[in-house]
Amino acid sequence: MNPIIKKIDQEQMRLDAPDFRPGDTVKVHIRIIEGNKERIQVFQGVVIKRKRGDMDASYTVRKISNGVGVEKTFALHNPRIEKIELVSRGRVRRSRLYYLRDRRGKAARIRERGIR
Amino acid sequence: MPKTLGILGKKLGMTRVYDEMGFAIPVTVVEAGPCTVLQIKTVKAEGYNAIQLGFDEKRASRVTKPHAGHVKKAGKEGFYHISEFRVENPEEFEVGQELPLDTVFQIGATVDVQGLSKGRGFQGVVRRHGFKGGRATHGSMFHRAPGSIGQSAWPSRVIKGKKLPGRMGNETVLKKNVSVVDIRPDENVVLLKGSVPGAKNGLLKIFSK
Repeated sequence: MNPIIKKIDQEQMRLDAPDFRPGDTVKVHIRIIEGNKERIQVFQGVVIKRKRGDMDASYTVRKISNGVGVEKTFALHNPRIEKIELVSRGRVRRSRLYYLRDRRGKAARIRERGIR
Repeated sequence: MPKTLGILGKKLGMTRVYDEMGFAIPVTVVEAGPCTVLQIKTVKAEGYNAIQLGFDEKRASRVTKPHAGHVKKAGKEGFYHISEFRVENPEEFEVGQELPLDTVFQIGATVDVQGLSKGRGFQGVVRRHGFKGGRATHGSMFHRAPGSIGQSAWPSRVIKGKKLPGRMGNETVLKKNVSVVDIRPDENVVLLKGSVPGAKNGLLKIFSK
């Protein structure tokens, strides 16, 4: 990559995100601006995907809200995200957990992973 | 050709930046300037008002003697790119003057960007002109062909400008009203919103408005 573009990217990157993987449960604190008011909304769910890259890096969080599956994809370096909180670590055997979309309730559980 | 001052630049590539609201904006990173004024053309001498700018300095050993002689008036050794910009007021410039990019346009301005589009080679009518083409299957024998290109006895010729297969790309493209997202004068870098014509490392002409 061109060194100037790399520099522009690096200035904007946020290095405060915890180390999390697919299968982990996270709380994403999103700053939402409504008119001239600003509030924080927390989105808690399972990380089903992490896309790698520099500025392009993103992750998708899935949760069941009122019986409906909801997925949100966030850019890793988005400044509108207040913080990402790691709630628990999960043990999974693949990097993209799309199979969770076809599962409900007990079948959609993920085993906990011990922190080494 | 717009009658405005501009600057020459080199396309470096694309990335994204976040604005103060936290929205991601796709940007093209362009290394623009500094350009050196090499010649001033006036109505009196040349019949029109313009300034000639040089961009991307070249070593003396790589320069031909006529080129060196022309550039010497501006106190330089040579340039990879030389281009002319029509201006209303040529008397405001002087030969040898450096033109940094932040004197030409500011953050938030809109500019026009001219570049040489990527060459796509010999392309058919579907890709080159957006023809629909026919069915691939179900006995269809008409796939990506141009179809009928005219009538028989009269006019008995193909009308000029008929869209046919041929060379695509590798032509000068002007993209209008591109907004300037950011300017970094120390690095001679400007961030333009969205895409601009041409390949990476391609020469761009950026016209201020």
